[in-house]
Amino acid sequence: MNEEIPQLKNYDEASLEAAFATLRDEVRNETAAGADAEAFRLRWLGRKQGRLKLVSDAWLKSAPANARKPLGMRFNQLKQEIEAALDAAASAPARKAAPGIDVTLPGAVHAPGVEHPLIKTMHEVVRVFHHLGYSTALGPQVETDFHNFEALNFPPNHPARDTQDTLLIAGQQSRPLRERLLMRTHTSPVQIRTMAAQEPPLRIVVPGKVHRNDAADATHSPVFHQVEGLCVDTNITFSDLKGTLDHAMKALFGSDVKTRFFPSFFPFTEPSADVQVSCIFCGGKGCRKCKHSGWIELLGCGMVDPAVFRSVNEMRIAQGKTPAYDAKKISGFAFGMGVERIAMILHGVSEIGLFYSGDMRFLEQFA
Amino acid sequence: MNALTKWLRDYLPALNVSDRQLADDLTLRGIAVEGVHTLGEGNGHLFEMDITTNRVDAMNHYGIAREAAAIYGLELKPLDTTLPAAAAPAKPFSVEIAAKDLCGRFTARVLRGVTIAPSSGVVADYFSLLGAKPISNAVDASNFVLQGMGHPTHAFDLDKIEGGIVVRLARKGEKLKLLDGTERVLEADDLVVADHAKALALAGVMGGWDSMITAGTKNILIEAAWFDPASVRRSSRRHGLHTDASHRFERGADFNACPVANALVAKLILESGGGSIEGELVDVVVPEIAARTAHRPAVALALSEVRRILGATANGEEEISAELVKRTLSALGCSLSGRGADEFDAKLPSWRLDLEREIDLIEEIARVYGYNRFANTLPAPLPVIAHPRAAKEAAVRARLLGLGYSEGISSSFSSEGDGANFASDRGRIVLENPLSEEARLLRPSLVPGMIAMLGHNLNRDVREARLFEQGAIFGGTQQTVVETESLAIGLTGNFAATRLHSAKDAGIYELKGVVESLLGLFAISADTLSVSAAERAIFSTDTPFWIEAGRGATVTLEGKPVGCFGELASAERAARKLREPVFLAELDLEALYALPLKRATARELSRFQAVERDYSFTFADSVVWGAVAHAIESLAIPELVRFAPVEVFRDPKAAAVAKGHYALLLRCVFQSQERTLREEELAAWSARVIEALTALGGVIRA
Repeated sequence: MNEEIPQLKNYDEASLEAAFATLRDEVRNETAAGADAEAFRLRWLGRKQGRLKLVSDAWLKSAPANARKPLGMRFNQLKQEIEAALDAAASAPARKAAPGIDVTLPGAVHAPGVEHPLIKTMHEVVRVFHHLGYSTALGPQVETDFHNFEALNFPPNHPARDTQDTLLIAGQQSRPLRERLLMRTHTSPVQIRTMAAQEPPLRIVVPGKVHRNDAADATHSPVFHQVEGLCVDTNITFSDLKGTLDHAMKALFGSDVKTRFFPSFFPFTEPSADVQVSCIFCGGKGCRKCKHSGWIELLGCGMVDPAVFRSVNEMRIAQGKTPAYDAKKISGFAFGMGVERIAMILHGVSEIGLFYSGDMRFLEQFA
Repeated sequence: MNALTKWLRDYLPALNVSDRQLADDLTLRGIAVEGVHTLGEGNGHLFEMDITTNRVDAMNHYGIAREAAAIYGLELKPLDTTLPAAAAPAKPFSVEIAAKDLCGRFTARVLRGVTIAPSSGVVADYFSLLGAKPISNAVDASNFVLQGMGHPTHAFDLDKIEGGIVVRLARKGEKLKLLDGTERVLEADDLVVADHAKALALAGVMGGWDSMITAGTKNILIEAAWFDPASVRRSSRRHGLHTDASHRFERGADFNACPVANALVAKLILESGGGSIEGELVDVVVPEIAARTAHRPAVALALSEVRRILGATANGEEEISAELVKRTLSALGCSLSGRGADEFDAKLPSWRLDLEREIDLIEEIARVYGYNRFANTLPAPLPVIAHPRAAKEAAVRARLLGLGYSEGISSSFSSEGDGANFASDRGRIVLENPLSEEARLLRPSLVPGMIAMLGHNLNRDVREARLFEQGAIFGGTQQTVVETESLAIGLTGNFAATRLHSAKDAGIYELKGVVESLLGLFAISADTLSVSAAERAIFSTDTPFWIEAGRGATVTLEGKPVGCFGELASAERAARKLREPVFLAELDLEALYALPLKRATARELSRFQAVERDYSFTFADSVVWGAVAHAIESLAIPELVRFAPVEVFRDPKAAAVAKGHYALLLRCVFQSQERTLREEELAAWSARVIEALTALGGVIRA
């Protein structure tokens, strides 16, 4: 049953607008509620008792002449809207309420496996350097003392060796020190292997697993991963090193991060530096993650020490190759970073051992 | 080490920056202040220092103050070594250096009539601020000088010394009781400070018990010497004694500091304990060692080289000029003489044995100038060459991830038992200094690590796990270690039975599917890039012992085994107390990576309808699917485009299917590229299929 159409008291614009807005809302509510199309048509467009007919009778016919035009315009708009709603209902045949699915139940998916956060992080770092023109180089985990230490300017019996507790392969006593086998303590031997095999210019990035005889605790593991880099060419400078790492850190952590270089010591680089990035969590203001310093220490680097080039040249001569690494003509830089540390910072992992547990509950968080 | 800012300021009276600013400026110049602790009104701060191992010269207050002087361009207050006049001795104290290659200098001074008492004054104050334990004035004087200017000294009870001092090598088996109360048996290459009868101290490492200062000591001999770094390191390591003295000597002490340190110790003892000096300082020097420490030849340094290595300075920063080079290096104690406007000869300070070469001086210039004042520039890139294995490794990894397997990383080590049980044929690589007994070997297989990861999950009530690990395994001999890439896949969980597989076997067949899928990434050879290795894989039932008999398979490609998979043997499972069965696969990635990646060749899709025909047979268990498949393939019907088992049924009640037999529902799909198939053709092919299966002993079911 159609309700009465209220009388229009005023024919000014605002009153007309308000009156039609009420009707328009009625129409829209009914369509949204999915009213039966035929009932809807009769209610609004019925020839005798349809609401539009009533509106026409009640408002249009008694309207003053100057109100006819705005009134008629709004009337036609309303009529068009009703017809459009009816057309839409006609093209989408009526969907009777059917017993549907429970759309709130979980979706079914064949879940893919999860990339290990360390390997994923390692790939991300490597990719940044691929984009800077570095090619991947790899090396063995079991190394000679020569490649791991001596050629990198750690002389035998040098205190610098103490900083890298080394896992040694048994049964090496009968060999000269430089041929003795050990688990590499860093990825840097790959620098030596690459330079021994290739002439400059070089740009390599070296992801890999390394080992140290370290007791395991929350942040130390006897097994860990590094990404190393080496750039050798004519006219490579300390400012190139700075620019490269600044760019790489921005690529990894966002263009807002800043880098800061500190003098440090590594036997195989000189000058040597530690690099800090402005805290990626607080932007440098200081928070728990950066121990309120605003900075996070992420990597070590430096200019390749001439002693390293000298070792490489000696090797190359022994292999019948041209020396090619004259420290007076070429120069280079190297850098290395711990993948665990980066992944722990990025993902808020507090226990390094979780990386090596295979715990599905841990891994699935990285899906 | 720790440093007091109050003490640093004693040496830098003109220093007018705050302690915190000082900490920041030192840190940015590589003299890292790791922590700053407030010590209360008037006491300044305590700096927790982290000095890199090459900078032994900065592991003391005077050394840190010297760095600050260089940073701020300040004067460093000279050390006051003036002493009261000495009484003439009856005869000079005798010092002999017998091991002239290991001891470069030995200074000795005799004090008589000293009273041993607790320390007081500045020594007691600074020790208290540092949290150091005072012992007695004589001992504390030595420690105070060590902290103050860095040179280790030792005070002997003079009356325990027989004759004079001889610095010599120990005799093998010689015994020496040290200050820590332990008696050490010496080796023939241990350097000792001895008297004419016995060893008194392990040179540069620790003093001896018998000649130590006691409450009753009256007369003292002060030693300040220079010992060879390698020799001190050798003795220190051999005897497991890492002392403040050995830490400094093995990194290279200051040759010229010996008389200075000796005087400073004497001064402190005399001030606190009274007494007097007897005789002049005995100072025995080995000229050959002086020549390579205190009097090293000057190092040539060119401004052009400094710039070649360091590059551009940032906009608005001072340029690296000859003046800057001179200013910086002079402040660090080098004396520079010009060889032309932009070339120098730098004479090196005796306390910086780490400086030897031009590059060392370049580092000093960069360090004091400040690393962050250099520009950020980028070298030109080179074309990137893909690693030959990268694409294959990525393909294997992506496939496993896609199949629902997550990536794990397990220990690189293995126990002897696991080595023997899982890879006895690969050789065992034993570590000299393993982390634990359970980690004595480099892992010869990834499988034990995979089982450990699955077990880790099961023990935490995680019942479903799919994992893989790509990594190196180790074999060969102790002399020639062979490192190869391997892949382990692990699976545990509850599996529903399918029409083909029982629930109990489903895990094994899932792994078979994974292995086939991985093989399917590779081509059988470079000549046939479109033929997948999976098509040529042969699965045989002989498996290693760690797989339960009859519950797995070995995969062979072109006659060469490339891996195996199956259910973990019950003995291994019991040994590990695993609650659920676990399924494992091991693949030799070296063998796989030797193959090229497959390159698919697309075939024409038929426009004509395919027709399915199902056949239901019973077979004896001895007739395996492989035999059925072979029989159908042998028919060589070109229009038979695919066939597959749809259902395998064994009747536990032996009613519908007899015991020892199974029912097989086989589906064949026929399709032609050229035409619609006719009913007669299909009937003829079906008849041939039935005939072939019947010949195998199959019985068609109604």
